[in-house]
This record gives sequence, structure tokens and C-alpha cells, in this order.
Amino acid sequence: MDVAVFSVAAVLAVVSGVMVFRFDSMARATFSLLTSLLCVGGLVVLLGLDYLGIVIVLMMTIEMAIMAVFMVMYMMDPAGLMPMTMMHNKKGAAVVCGLVFLLLAAGILFAPWPARRGKAPTDPTMELGMSLMGPQMLTMMTLGMALFATIVATVVLATRRGRYDRLGDDLRAGRADDPVRGGVGR
Amino acid sequence: MAERAPLWAVFVLPALLLAVALVTAGIDAVLAAGARKGQSGSLREMAGRATEPGREVLRLLVQQPRRTRASDVPLARIGAALLPVAAVLAAVVLPLGFRSVSDLPEGIVWFNAMEALAWAAVWLAGWGPNSTLSLIGGYRFLAQGLAYELPHMLAITTAALGAESLRVGEVVDAQAGLWFAVWMPAAFGIYLLSAMAMAFWGPFDQPAGRDVAGGAAAELSGADRVLFLGGRWLLLVVAAAFSVPLFLGGGHGPLLPGWAWTVLKTAAVLAFLVWFRHRVPTLRMDRYLELTWVVLTPLAIVQALAVAVVILNR
Repeated sequence: MDVAVFSVAAVLAVVSGVMVFRFDSMARATFSLLTSLLCVGGLVVLLGLDYLGIVIVLMMTIEMAIMAVFMVMYMMDPAGLMPMTMMHNKKGAAVVCGLVFLLLAAGILFAPWPARRGKAPTDPTMELGMSLMGPQMLTMMTLGMALFATIVATVVLATRRGRYDRLGDDLRAGRADDPVRGGVGR
Repeated sequence: MAERAPLWAVFVLPALLLAVALVTAGIDAVLAAGARKGQSGSLREMAGRATEPGREVLRLLVQQPRRTRASDVPLARIGAALLPVAAVLAAVVLPLGFRSVSDLPEGIVWFNAMEALAWAAVWLAGWGPNSTLSLIGGYRFLAQGLAYELPHMLAITTAALGAESLRVGEVVDAQAGLWFAVWMPAAFGIYLLSAMAMAFWGPFDQPAGRDVAGGAAAELSGADRVLFLGGRWLLLVVAAAFSVPLFLGGGHGPLLPGWAWTVLKTAAVLAFLVWFRHRVPTLRMDRYLELTWVVLTPLAIVQALAVAVVILNR
């Protein structure tokens, strides 16, 4: 059963991964990539890391959906109605890919894999959390807040209408002057 | 922990969801007709209205499919078919009483992941037909999705935090004494709001709104339309039903057996959502987005923090 699931998911992952570069249409390419990543998520579940696998499915779905919007927005021909190609420097890329594949495959075949020591934890999610976060919880929280603050600051700096546009030069305006009415506090 | 249901439950689950969705759609049709005419009409008229969704399904199934020019048929098909599939897959972790088809150890994350698939589905169905209005519908859903999703995730996480487990069965067990809705009211309210938004339902139906001729579903016809709009109903039913194990104590309750309590509570939540849709007009999304970012998301974080403090002090 496991072998069957593995084969189907693995083949589908590779095929849809290849199709990303064969499709003309941006939307098809994006969702082909999503299919590939969902299969990878399934493979991770198959390894017994259910939490990681499901999180891959969750994150990748949202991410690829949002990416589809942006990619379509910025492509000159998102639907592939005219001939176009996703590939650049075809020969060089093919050589690099071939070499990397050979290297990884050689690694799988020739590395001295250690035998399993101990037994699998009863709750891999808990173990994963502890090993990722355990002693570094404070670090992770600080890092998370720093990242979040960076995102907010970037958006604030990038937006065309700042607080001085909304609330006047001395920020004393009673109500914000927005082109679109409505929302909180107005 | 929830018991595992027998194997046949796998086949009963979609049928059960469909039945609930059809009944809810029937009630919704009766309410809609009543609102149009200002009165509910005779019993016979009401019965006719109630069967309207069923008849509409049959009509669509025999309808001549309509195709737009240069449409991306496979993507539109996948989008329409993915919506009900995602809803049913999300329902796999739903316990009826204390039994679910599969009580995954990460059930809550699974539910959320399957809901996220619905995002992709709506966008695909909007993009596929190569039509402006449906594309606008798909884009609206995605662009607004993040604002729904963040408080939604935080609300779900709060319930998991309260039970100290991602397993839906354990979340239900943790509410044997006190429902989470009682001591996490903000999370419960946010969950209900965002559940409606996830099923682009009620005041949040702009992605499929009348101003864009039905939005993402504008160009769908025949079986595709049945799958898409039916999938939306399924999604609503599943999202409503999931609030029961998350916040309303699942199958816990006096006298009646567990499954009966689950059914009763789900019916109550669904009734509320249907009633809410008929009471509140479609929200302008820029207003709601500001509310989610400025009020709901911080509120959800504060609620999670409060729950975390309670749990740590226990």
C-alpha cells in the first residue's frame, strides 16, 4: 500500500513539476507547481511526519494561490495565448540540472546510511516542536515579531498615502481624509 | 479521544453532508421567497419553494453546457470539482457525537488545509472561463481571503490551545465541563464570521455577488455549476458543523446521545448562519477588510494570549 501511494505521489510530483516548464499559461504552470508540492506534502505524511505534511499542503496552497494572482498580474501573456516559454538559458540549465540530479542520486546510492537507533517517537509533532522551538522559544518569538514588524514597516513605507495625507501635516485632523469612505472609526 | 467510525461511514459522510446541504438550501429558498414577497405564503407554496434547490440541480444536470471562447476548460473543471472535494475532505475529521471518520492527530490543521484548497478552487473556477466577471469574482475571493484567513486561523488555533491538542477528539473532550464558546467568545465569534467568509456566504458573498453577475460562478453551466455551487453549500455546512466540536462542546450534553447533540448544535449554527444572511446586506469588502485587520486580528491574538495564560496557570 505504502509503495503504491509513494509511487503514484512521486510520479505525479515529478510529472507536474516538469509540466511547470512545459505549460504556456501562467495559471496552469502555477497550479501544476501546486500539484507537485501537494504530492510532496503527501510523501512527507507517508514518512510519518503528518503535521509537517499537512502544513506543507496548507502553506503551499495559500502561497501558490496568492502567487498565481501576482504572477498573472505581472506577466505580459498570462494565459499563454501567444507562444512563450518559461525557460531561459535552456542548455546551461539542463546541464546544471543533470549534474545536480546525478550528484544527489549518487549520494543516495553510495552514502553509508546509518541503521535506525531507538524507536520512532509516539508523537512526532511534539518532538518536532520541541526540537525546533524547545530551548529557543524566546528566540523564535523574537524573530517572529521582528519579521512581522519588518513586513508592517515595509508596507507602511511603500504605501503612497501616508498618515500625513490622511490626518494633515500636523496629524491633527479629526477624521482621516480617505478617497474611499467607510471602515473603522469613520 | 474520538472513536473511529466503521468503514461504511466513509461512504455515508458525503451523502449525509449533501442531505444537510439540500435541506439548508431548501430552508434558505423559502426564506428568500418570503423576503421577496413580504409574506411566507401558504404551506403548499412553501413546500414548492423548499424543493427549488433540488429541482434546480436536476435542471442544471440536463442543461446544455455553455462554453466561453478561449476558455481554459481543464482549469475551470478542476476548480469546480475541487470545491466539493475539499469540503468533504475537511469533513473527514468532523466527529458525529464522539465518532469521526478519521480522528487525525493533526485534525485541526487538516481542516484548515482543506479549507485553503477551496481558495484555489474558487480562483481556478473564476480564471478558467476567460471571462471578465468570473475573473473578478475569483480575484476578489483571493484578495480578500488573507483578511479572512488570518483571524480564522487564530480562532481555530485558540481552540487547539485551550485543549492543548490538535486532535479534534481531544478538543471535544476538553469541553466536557465548559464549552469553549463560553470562555473564548471572541474566538467563537471570529470563527463564525470567517467561516461564512470562507464559504463566501451571507454578507461576504461579494466574490459571487450580483454586481458581477454571480462572480466566480458567472460562466459555469450544467454539471460544473452544480459542483461549484453545491460545493459552496457543502463548505458552509462543514464550516458550521466544525464550530460544534471546536467551540460548542461537540457531542457533550445531558440526556440525549452524543450524535443527537452534534446534529442539534450543527442545526442551530446553520440556522443562525442562514438567518444572518437574510438579515445583513452584503458588506462592502473594503470596510470589512479594515475591520479584520484593525480590530479582528488583534482581538484574536489577545484572545489567544488570554487562553494561553489560563492554560499555563492551570
